[in-house]
Formats: sequence, C-alpha cells, structure tokens
Amino acid sequence: MNLIEWISKPWPWWVAGPLIGLVVPVLLIMGNKTFGVSSSLRHICAACFPANISFFKYNWKKEAWNLFFVTGIFAGGIVTAIWLKNPNPIQINPALVNELQQNGVSDFAGLMPTDLFNWHSLLTIKGIMLTVVGGFLVGFGTRYAGGCTSGHAIMGISNLQWPSLVATCCFMAGGFIMANLILPFILKL
Amino acid sequence: METIIEKSRLPEMNTDFEVRSLDTASLNESELQHPWWYNLKYFAAGILFGIILVKAEIISWFRIQEMFRLQSFHMYGVIGSAIVVGIISIWIIKRFKIKTIYGEPIVLRSKKFHKGQIYGGVLFGLGWAITGACPGPLFAQIGAGFTVVTITLLSAIGGTWVYGKIREKLPH
Repeated sequence: MNLIEWISKPWPWWVAGPLIGLVVPVLLIMGNKTFGVSSSLRHICAACFPANISFFKYNWKKEAWNLFFVTGIFAGGIVTAIWLKNPNPIQINPALVNELQQNGVSDFAGLMPTDLFNWHSLLTIKGIMLTVVGGFLVGFGTRYAGGCTSGHAIMGISNLQWPSLVATCCFMAGGFIMANLILPFILKL
Repeated sequence: METIIEKSRLPEMNTDFEVRSLDTASLNESELQHPWWYNLKYFAAGILFGIILVKAEIISWFRIQEMFRLQSFHMYGVIGSAIVVGIISIWIIKRFKIKTIYGEPIVLRSKKFHKGQIYGGVLFGLGWAITGACPGPLFAQIGAGFTVVTITLLSAIGGTWVYGKIREKLPH
C-alpha cells in the first residue's frame, strides 16, 4: 500500500488529536501567535466593514497572520478533496442514520448530507435555518464567548485557563440542546 | 511583568484594552515588524491543519451529530488528545523558556472570566450542532467542495459584525 493510499484513509482520533495539539506550540514558536480561528471573522469585519464600530477599530493588519492561516485551512480542504479523498463512504453510527432517515435525510455518502446543504434548498425555511441562522449563531456566539473550539477548548484549556473550560462546557451544552431537542424539528420543516 | 508588557504595547495599539482583554483568542503577541511574506508560514500551517480537519472527518456534519448524541468517541478523542498535547507543549515552553524562531520570549495571556463565555458559549454550541462546523471547519468544508457553506461563513461574519455593533448593550 503506497503512502497516498494510506493517508487517504480516514485518520483515527489518536493521530489527528495530537497533531492538532501540536498546532499550539508551532504557532507560538513561529512568532508568538495564539491558536484561534474565530478571530479571523473579526479581522474580516475590521478589514471590510468596520462601520466606525469601536470593536472593529484596531490594527487588523497586525493580525493578518490569522487570515493567512484560515486561507491555508481553505486550501487544505482543496488539497484533500483533490489528492487525498477517501474513496469509501464514511462510517456513521447506525442509530444516527436511523434517526436522520426518519427526519428525511437520505444522503450518507459524504462528509455532509448534500440533501440538507445544497444551493437549491438554500432559500427554503430549512435551508435558511441550517446555513444562515446556524452560521449567524457561530459567528455571534464565538465572538461573544471570546473564542471557539480552537481558541478556548484547545488553546485556552492547554494554558490552564478556567474561563476557557467554562466556555467549552457551554459550547457542549448548546450543542447537546440543539442536536437532541431542536434540530429534529428543524429537519422536519 | 504583566504591566511591563502592557506598557511596551501601548504606542502601537489603537484599540481599547477592554476589548483586548475580553477577547484574547488568537492574538499576535509579537512586537516585530516583518514583510507580508513572512506570513506565508502561517498559510502553510493552515494547509496542514486543514488537511487534518478533513482527514479526521472533523468537518463532517455527521461526526458532530454523533458527538452531541454520545454516539461516537471520535470527537472527544480528538479534542481530548489535542488538549493533552497542548498542555504538555505549553508546560515545556514555560519550563524551558523556549523562544520564538526570532528570539522573542513567548507570551501567554490569561483569560478573564465574563458572562459572555456562558451566553456566547451556548449560542455558539447551538450553531455548531446546526452547521456541523466550528469556524475552522467552515473554511475547510468550503475548500473540500461544499460550496454552499460559503453562505454559512458569510452569515458567521455577519454574526460577528452584529456582535460588535451591539456589544455594549450585552451583559458581559
């Protein structure tokens, strides 16, 4: 089995997790940068639509490294889709498949269900809930919390910051509420 | 020590300190000025991070649903082991006073608690379970070919903007 074939298989958590953990020291040693992705959204606001809002009046160019980093994440997605694509359908817990089928989801082949996330259903109520409302909550919530999974859960807890642990518990609480109590109703829309 | 750092930073910052202390994620603690192409190394780091996000299926909407239904250990394993490696790395950096490749001392700031971490945290969690993506995976999902996620990303930028607009009225 050649290397590309080996890399193309889905990576187990004990490979991916430690590699993600290493992003923390790599960014610090490269130039004192703290790991975090959601700040890029703020820098984009500051660069493109500051609108005289004090929260967006700062020297975003100094934080341009973060925009290079997220552009890299985007490029990494392209690289993987072209050269390292997993040839097999992804493995999903049968209980989840069963539940989603009852809620009208039928595409389980890829990383996202394309029957929920596609351009045609974007302007339906369900499409708007899944993309526009979901995205808004991600952007608003991460900035209100002062970080996301990378900035709080990984960087913050790694630096033993208890506020980051609080934030991470709240991320999980929100996720559990949505996935179990609210999402089934959204999927039935 | 902290006050010395604060003072040395004063001249170049045009933002208020409150914003900066509330919002400590992913800041640039370096005082050095470099040409733009020095940032290309962060682009390279981003590519590797993006590949990990896709290959470990962290960008998968299904993996996120499994996580929030306790149907798979995968995401807990990823985040948990990342934290363990992060803790050890930061301990080593502090213990041996490791410097950056440019010889600057590495600065790690404390995060102050505020209520936004609770309210904002829950709101983000709700969005995470809908979109199946936290901000990093949003970029990777688009790159991996799920182009409609561009709308999710634009909406996330909009959400950040609205937060900036109304943040004085929100409890912190």
